[in-house]
Amino acid sequence: MAFAAIHVANFMVQAVLRAEGEVRDRAIALVDGTAPLINVVAANDAAWRAGIQLGMAQTQAQLCGVEIRRRSRALEKAAHAALLDLGWSMSPRVEDHAQDTILADLAGLNSLFGAEEDIAREFARRAAELRLRVHVAVSANLEVAVHAARGFAGITVIPEGEEARYLSGLPVQTLAPSAEALETLERWGIRTCAALGALPVLELSERLGQEGVRLQELARGAHVRALVLAEPAEILEEEMELDDAVEDLEPLAFVLGRLLDQVCTRLAARALSAAAIRVRFDLGDAFEKEEPVRGKNATATAAGVARVETEAATVAKTYEKVLNLPVPMRDSKMLLKLLRLQLQADPPPGAIVKITLGADPARPRTTQHGLFVPNSPDPERLELTVARLAKLVGNTNIGSPELTDTHRPGEFRMNRFFSQMNETKARGKAGKKLASGGDGEPAAGRRTATGCRIFRPRLAARVELREGRPAKIFFRGLYGRVVTASGPWKISGDWWRGDAWQQEEWDLEIQFDGGSAGVAEHMLANMQVIAPVREAKAHMHASLYCVYYDGACRSWFVRGMYD
Amino acid sequence: MAANFAALRSKVELALAGRVVAPFNYRDRQEVVTVSSGIPEIDSLTGGLPRGALTEIFGPSCSGRTSLLLAALSARTAQEEACALIDGGDAFDPHSAEAAGVELRKLLWVRCRNVEQTLRATDLLLQGGGFGLVAVDLSDIAPRLVRHVPLDSWFRFRRAVEDTPTILMLLEQESNAKSCASLGLRLQAGAAGWSRMPVEGAADYSRLPGGWLLEGRSARGEVSRSRAQKGSAGYFRGGSAAEPRVASAGIFKTRIDWDFFSLPIAAKRK
Repeated sequence: MAFAAIHVANFMVQAVLRAEGEVRDRAIALVDGTAPLINVVAANDAAWRAGIQLGMAQTQAQLCGVEIRRRSRALEKAAHAALLDLGWSMSPRVEDHAQDTILADLAGLNSLFGAEEDIAREFARRAAELRLRVHVAVSANLEVAVHAARGFAGITVIPEGEEARYLSGLPVQTLAPSAEALETLERWGIRTCAALGALPVLELSERLGQEGVRLQELARGAHVRALVLAEPAEILEEEMELDDAVEDLEPLAFVLGRLLDQVCTRLAARALSAAAIRVRFDLGDAFEKEEPVRGKNATATAAGVARVETEAATVAKTYEKVLNLPVPMRDSKMLLKLLRLQLQADPPPGAIVKITLGADPARPRTTQHGLFVPNSPDPERLELTVARLAKLVGNTNIGSPELTDTHRPGEFRMNRFFSQMNETKARGKAGKKLASGGDGEPAAGRRTATGCRIFRPRLAARVELREGRPAKIFFRGLYGRVVTASGPWKISGDWWRGDAWQQEEWDLEIQFDGGSAGVAEHMLANMQVIAPVREAKAHMHASLYCVYYDGACRSWFVRGMYD
Repeated sequence: MAANFAALRSKVELALAGRVVAPFNYRDRQEVVTVSSGIPEIDSLTGGLPRGALTEIFGPSCSGRTSLLLAALSARTAQEEACALIDGGDAFDPHSAEAAGVELRKLLWVRCRNVEQTLRATDLLLQGGGFGLVAVDLSDIAPRLVRHVPLDSWFRFRRAVEDTPTILMLLEQESNAKSCASLGLRLQAGAAGWSRMPVEGAADYSRLPGGWLLEGRSARGEVSRSRAQKGSAGYFRGGSAAEPRVASAGIFKTRIDWDFFSLPIAAKRK
């Protein structure tokens, strides 16, 4: 049994550099604290060489000619989550040892990745994809692996039984002793693990207590414990704080793209896809509103006028958007396009100072295409197309219609359109049809259903009745003579509700009168979607319409036309 | 000269790389694959709707354009194909569509407000690809507006569906796509079919002022353009608009034989 320890050296700096890939090779110093006590807390090698020292004031650090960045706990959290994802990408048994170190059980990985050294290399390669530079150490002992990863750069494979020899040269600080113990050891001149391991146990215990014994076991590579398994996070999140508040969406696309890249890489590392993308924008102070608050604090003045104390009531300073995906996706470019379309349709109400982007993980979509299954739109491309169309015509004007469970005429709802057919069903149906040689051929002798075109909104009409039947009709500037009428077909419903309806429907064959053509043409000339009526009149043939008398508003309307 | 020509050719090929495969190679006209329109008379007249091509259906109102559209949608969705309808005038009736046999869950309905939206939506949908039938309904748009659509738009649509299994169907009042259409079908309205209501066992009906029942109407189809065959005409019997006037919300009760009437309106008013 072997374990791999994966350690991110200079974690705070790497967490920041991970989000700003282009500054990786420049001298960077991280500062932290509250003004005026802002000091350097970390720096990269280039910055050390430039003269940066820990604890140096920010103003001093700026004189060294290095770039100054603020320490970001959000980025550190994201980097730590990425580190854990790296572990889970190869092993199901991972321990969250520290913010900069994880442990992975390598049992069973040899058949997948080869020898232990190859496994360690694979960890390093995958870490590079996640924009992390890591040290990997493999050992049969958990603690030895951790200390070797912290003490040795690159990849270290420690054979079983040689743990003490490998650790012998490491400084005792690697074992993370307490400050008191470290001070004592320094006074004794004990600086390496080899020196600590050579001390007699009894005397060490008398002077340093149980901690001394534990440190010596660690130095000898003899400390044994079990792996503490970590639970995978349910939502993968990445955050980024902006130096300046951003109001426009266009500049944000770059940041969103980077965050999506990172999230998708982490999803890929765990062989997952995103079922939904959640974006939360923290809005700047400009979005705070001051609202007058009346109530407990109102006191009566001598003049009897209530004094209103105004309190700064901070309204919600975050703006959230959820992008639900019809099928799990992992293509960051596609997700960015969808996210941008959704944000353009409903932009944040203020300037943005921080972005948190999360993904709901889901199992990737698996498809099995068949020779006899009809072609259907690719779900990912279709989602993008539908989003673009929704931007063009509006969200409510696109989808798949579904009839609602009501008798009210013209009622339906728009559902989201899915191209993902029930493949098993589709294959079965298509297979049966092919077997019988059919291709949607209509049955011989079957009559075609008549189509109906609906006028939206409904057209108001004036109807002249003769012996209880419509004889003449006037709508949209056209007079028509009713040739044949079928009706009335009385329908009503929802009488138990406030929006009860009652209608008398008629199917009418209407011959439009040429006498009113002049007036009608003038009225219709400037209208756009009046073609059916206008053109029906022009051809002077009888047209079939469905008209109805609305009992609620006591008026006639044209519902549609049979075509 | 030859060197210049070769350089120019390679330059053009480089510019079109990734978009057009071998632009200078001769492309043999492929055999047109047709599928049923859902109406046997139209199939026998036209040979079916061609895949990977533009089919233009035009005619005045009440000439059966919508009936033909619904029949085609019904046939395609029955084959588990995804269909799209770009509705230029927002006139589509889901009730009559379902009654005609269209599986609505396989239909993407885009409700547009004007010609510009309709053309833009068509572009987007054709770029997306994967649909068995894409219908563009411009029937309710005034012909003078559709006439202003540049010819290159129709050409672009035709090219977008070329070499794909998509049927692009255009419905309008007048022919506008011209040579871009592989199949042009002109429809004309015929006489409406009315029948007296059955009196037997329907005492309530005899008291109704309107004793007629709308059965449907006929329509005449004529091929104006076809890759496969030249101008021929045929007739098909338009759908039955008659309906059994089933009691809606419990007002009417009827004993009418349901089979006598067509399904669509029956379903609409049940």
